[in-house]
Amino acid sequence: MLPAWIIVIGVFIGAMIWTFVISMTNSRLIPIYKFNFFDQYVRLMGNDGWLVSVGNLVVFGVLFIAICLVLGFLMAIMMDQKIRGESLFRTIFLYPYAMSFVVTGLVWQWVLNPTFGIQATVRGWGFDTFVFDWIVRPDRAIFVLVLAAVWQGSGLVMAILLAGLRGVDEDLWKATKVDGIAKWRVYTSIVLPIIAPMAATATVLLSVAVVKAYDLVVALTGGGPGNATEVPAKFVMENLFERQNVALANAGAIMMLAAVVIVATPIYYARRSMAQKAAG
Amino acid sequence: MAQRQEKNIARFGVYAFLVIMAAFFLMPLYVMVATSLKTMDEVRGSSIFAFPLRPTLEAWATAWNSACTGLTCAGVSVGFFNSLKIMIPSTFLSIMLGAVTGYALSFWRPKGAGVIFAVLVVAAFIPYQVFIYPLVRVLSQVGLYNSLGGIIMVHVIFGLPIMVLMFRNYYAGLPRDLFSAARVDGGGFWDIFFRLMLPLSPPIMIVAVILQSTHIWNDFLFGLVFAGSDNRPMTVLLNNIVNTTQGEKAYNVDMAATILTALVPLVIYLASGRWFVRGIAAGAVKG
Repeated sequence: MLPAWIIVIGVFIGAMIWTFVISMTNSRLIPIYKFNFFDQYVRLMGNDGWLVSVGNLVVFGVLFIAICLVLGFLMAIMMDQKIRGESLFRTIFLYPYAMSFVVTGLVWQWVLNPTFGIQATVRGWGFDTFVFDWIVRPDRAIFVLVLAAVWQGSGLVMAILLAGLRGVDEDLWKATKVDGIAKWRVYTSIVLPIIAPMAATATVLLSVAVVKAYDLVVALTGGGPGNATEVPAKFVMENLFERQNVALANAGAIMMLAAVVIVATPIYYARRSMAQKAAG
Repeated sequence: MAQRQEKNIARFGVYAFLVIMAAFFLMPLYVMVATSLKTMDEVRGSSIFAFPLRPTLEAWATAWNSACTGLTCAGVSVGFFNSLKIMIPSTFLSIMLGAVTGYALSFWRPKGAGVIFAVLVVAAFIPYQVFIYPLVRVLSQVGLYNSLGGIIMVHVIFGLPIMVLMFRNYYAGLPRDLFSAARVDGGGFWDIFFRLMLPLSPPIMIVAVILQSTHIWNDFLFGLVFAGSDNRPMTVLLNNIVNTTQGEKAYNVDMAATILTALVPLVIYLASGRWFVRGIAAGAVKG
């Protein structure tokens, strides 16, 4: 029992500290404990590969989270209209979430393949000039990443928010109906604040998934075309295992950790204060 | 009358939206299955949405037995069995460790329980890249790097936060008098765990099995780094087959291999139904 915790604390806290320490050195392949403090972080800030991957991640993250939340909320509302076949729809909306990011990436790579996929099909219908080649276009490939990630993740948001909607008091609906308030207004001004904590949970989950994004990129685009879809997690992995830039990679990993802290902490506190407000 | 009509239009709108969304979600699955049932000639000659004219399982057989990654051509079946060898012990061990730790934290409340719990909760959110290099160093020092034991250990370690969280919350919901009564009867730590708590745990166990088995099956990062070339899980092998093909790509075989890799979690998902949703709610922190 006790050993289990010690190992875990040792691994989690110990490894984190070790990674941080190495990020302060000049290590290439094996750790060398000669400290140059924040040199690697300065190098990182001047590294084009890193800056591009951070920029990509911001674009990807903002779009992915926003679309997932909007789409998830819409789906949850529609699912909450006492519809037939609810469990069938739920099964359909959520199944991508059960699959690996690698599977998601490979399927979309095929569907969006310009020579055989959607573009070719629409051209085959007679629209000869139809163009949908985002996956091979450096300025559009990041949106392909968003599309595939939304396909996989928006069902999860739907499931979380639907659980929240089911917790909304039936009397609220009766009362607003008597007062003649339009349904969409009830959703945006009354229901949305009530389920805000669930939306916050979903946002945290999606943000963590964004920072961790790796498998999907590797499978779908491999970071390309060029470096149009490179992401920090991939940058770290490449510097660890291919470029023998261990210290730089670990500095990148610490920056990823910092990003999670910066994004998750305010949401966590906002959520807590919302919960407190709701309680008292 | 007008109101009635308005209501009907609204209902129609709801179903139209849901059906369109369902089509969007099902489309890739359909394309994947349809492509896998075609021959390469048919793939080249028809739309990806076209129904296979002469469905054949040839591509499936190739994907399973003889699809190539680089120089080895043994199909995804190797990865399938590797994934099983990784998934079964990892799932079992992480659940047992999570259950015991969750039980200890909620009933025995040892010193520092709060700290340990806090670290575990926070750890669930930390990007894995932060831990990878130290783990590679340590595991290669003790000879577990690139081995089955190593990859299982990694899965158990990183499954622990979510498992402890789930079991602790579940046990915290059980009446404490139950535990007190067992203590009065002279039950020890393991006695109470095995004879009282485990028999009460099936509901949370089912959720934990669903969550861990799908998650471990779908893992790519750990398998890539820690499993070594002899134990590559199915996801890693699949990516190698599809993304490192030399020469002409066999899209039908690629899609067959992709379905085969998705099959295990899909079956778990479809068979578990509402339990899966419950697992998401409980394990949502994992992300």
